[in-house]
Amino acid sequence: MTMLSTDGDLRAQTVKIFSRKKFVALAVPAAIFVYLTYIFISFNFAGLVERARMDNARTLVADSYSYKTHVSRDNRSGDLSFAIEGARQGTYAAGTHPDWVAVDGSNMVVDLGDGHVVTYLDDNLVTYEMPDFPTITLQLIDDVVVTNLPDPVPSWVNASDTRVAITTDAGRLTYTRSKAEVFRYSFGWEMFWFTLSSPYHNVGLTALLTGPQLDANRSNLAGAWQDFWNNGLWRHSDVAWALWETVLMAFLGTFGAAIIALPLAFLAAKNFAPVVALRFAVRRVFDFVRGVDGLIWTIILSRAFGPGPLTGALAILVTDTGSFGKSFSEALENVDGKQIEGLESTGAKPVQRYRFGVIPQVTPVLLSQILYYFESNTRSATIIGAITGGGIGLFLTQAIQTQNDWEKVTYYIILILIMVMVMDTISGWLRRKLIKGDDGGH
Amino acid sequence: MADLSASGSINTQSMRDNYLAMTRRKRAYGGVILAIFVLLMVTGFQTVDARSAGGFWEGLPRIFDFPAGLVREAWEKIDRMPANLVTFFPALLETINIAAVSTLVGAFAGLVLSLLSTRGLAKWPRLIGLFRRIMDIMRAFPEIVIALVLIFILGGGPIPAMIAIAIHTAGALGKLFSEVAENADLKPVEGLESVGANWSQRMLLGVIPQVAPNYLSYTLMRFEINIRASAILGFVGAGGIGYELRNAMTFGTGRFDLAAAIFVLLFLTIVFFDQLSSHYRNKLVKGNQS
Repeated sequence: MTMLSTDGDLRAQTVKIFSRKKFVALAVPAAIFVYLTYIFISFNFAGLVERARMDNARTLVADSYSYKTHVSRDNRSGDLSFAIEGARQGTYAAGTHPDWVAVDGSNMVVDLGDGHVVTYLDDNLVTYEMPDFPTITLQLIDDVVVTNLPDPVPSWVNASDTRVAITTDAGRLTYTRSKAEVFRYSFGWEMFWFTLSSPYHNVGLTALLTGPQLDANRSNLAGAWQDFWNNGLWRHSDVAWALWETVLMAFLGTFGAAIIALPLAFLAAKNFAPVVALRFAVRRVFDFVRGVDGLIWTIILSRAFGPGPLTGALAILVTDTGSFGKSFSEALENVDGKQIEGLESTGAKPVQRYRFGVIPQVTPVLLSQILYYFESNTRSATIIGAITGGGIGLFLTQAIQTQNDWEKVTYYIILILIMVMVMDTISGWLRRKLIKGDDGGH
Repeated sequence: MADLSASGSINTQSMRDNYLAMTRRKRAYGGVILAIFVLLMVTGFQTVDARSAGGFWEGLPRIFDFPAGLVREAWEKIDRMPANLVTFFPALLETINIAAVSTLVGAFAGLVLSLLSTRGLAKWPRLIGLFRRIMDIMRAFPEIVIALVLIFILGGGPIPAMIAIAIHTAGALGKLFSEVAENADLKPVEGLESVGANWSQRMLLGVIPQVAPNYLSYTLMRFEINIRASAILGFVGAGGIGYELRNAMTFGTGRFDLAAAIFVLLFLTIVFFDQLSSHYRNKLVKGNQS
């Protein structure tokens, strides 16, 4: 802060300081405002309204807490099929169907609820009845989808000669040349526990525990666990592996980096470096490794080690060696020399001096830094995993890329958040314990 | 620590025995922890090695193949380097802008959240827990999660990355900020309250001037981190230099001069902002002490 000098005009100086303060108080917000305006234009915020796909957002939200059952009829063969999420594992066995469908040969009536009814009739004719709108008919005539919709069509209909899609709050009807398909949304993640092929599907917990044995070959509990763990749609065992892999990447990367960085940090610390030139060289190596950044390391290493968690762990290891080297050497420069002198006076050799004079002093600082990095690397491992193809990051990107597995995306996000928060809690607890309960560290 | 002089009659021999027993116990604990750690490292490494496409020992000799090829190719086409650097400069600027805006927005949100979740300063003391949980959740989101979901809704480009980084920044800085604010002197706040200042005036005039140097220092550090984050998010489709890098990598051999130019730009940028931020952080800390 500027000091007021006692000789000279105090008032004039005060006025000057105040006017400068006033100027800063105005100039800083003004500069931020100008910068944000520039960003607003350069990031094209105005165009965001056009680019934003609100229908995507709706699908995403609806899909995340509900499941859809695909009901379809093939226009050529007249075959009916019922499948949850359209998945193989969720297909109803031949002759069975959901109870909101009434089947009659190759005709059926699908009740979507709220007065919305889709009826499949002969000659590929499909009708959609709904409240507050005349009944819509769709039929395939000479390979063209013909409807009785007014022109122009309402905004919730997407129509062309080959494909008509009607999207309402109750569900969706898509009529193409090959088939007429209805999506009915229902609440929940239907096959989260068991797929339809499992005998335990839709069996309550009490029935599972106390009811009769459902599978002759397996006890209820063991069978239920097997079917849950090997659930082909939600892949619980693979997801658990992926989470474990992510934590493992962070663990190996962080602690491997610490093991490599510690001896190097001695070479880079002012008070321990044996040779000045070496000290500078090691420091530049640390700076270089940090500057190259995790992204570039990931790319370089994935060329050598291929896709998978190994590359991720090594990328974290290399990047953090630089960060650790820098902060460890700073910690070493701050150690108290008295302890080392004391040990020296008893005739301790250099290695013993480091072991009993230096390490105990820096251990709490170092460990708490390592744990902090471990925790933040759990997040990084998710991101690096998405790039190199390992761990939960890969699952997440794959689920997002399919663009219709939003319930899985939600599930993975929840798992990632739980994983990160658990790591936070464990590392925070350990760090508090280390700082408080430190009694020398040896 | 166990009390060494617990026994009534102080006996050197028993003290010595006690001490040795304690040392042995400590050594045993240390040994067990070390053994568990080594076991975890070794088995962890083997697991990761087994689950990867390429093995560690096969990959190790090849580690410099790609960088060497890259440098060789870049060197052959060194005359193109200046032009390439100029080509990618706008993308670099976008990456820096993403980091800067998200740091700005995140720091502001973190500031408000931190004041709302600090005991003694909070506007609604009952909601402190709620705001802390909000910060915890914001902090726990890896940027990529929000970025990918927003890319699906808003399309590619810098805005999803900006929002994603800003959310994480708000949570991370909010926590650090509130640790600083907890140590703030409450006397100015009480003084302002006595003359009838409302909450925002009390915070703006009583608390912010006290904590500003620390807050700025944390924000600068976050800016460094966010530049790296924004480059990575670009790689998954959020624009900026990362996006260009992914394109350059898919062009493959023959166009590695482009990738080399991007590496150079990214490296220089990161080093430059690291130096800049650590310079100003040192200045802020020193100014705080005087």
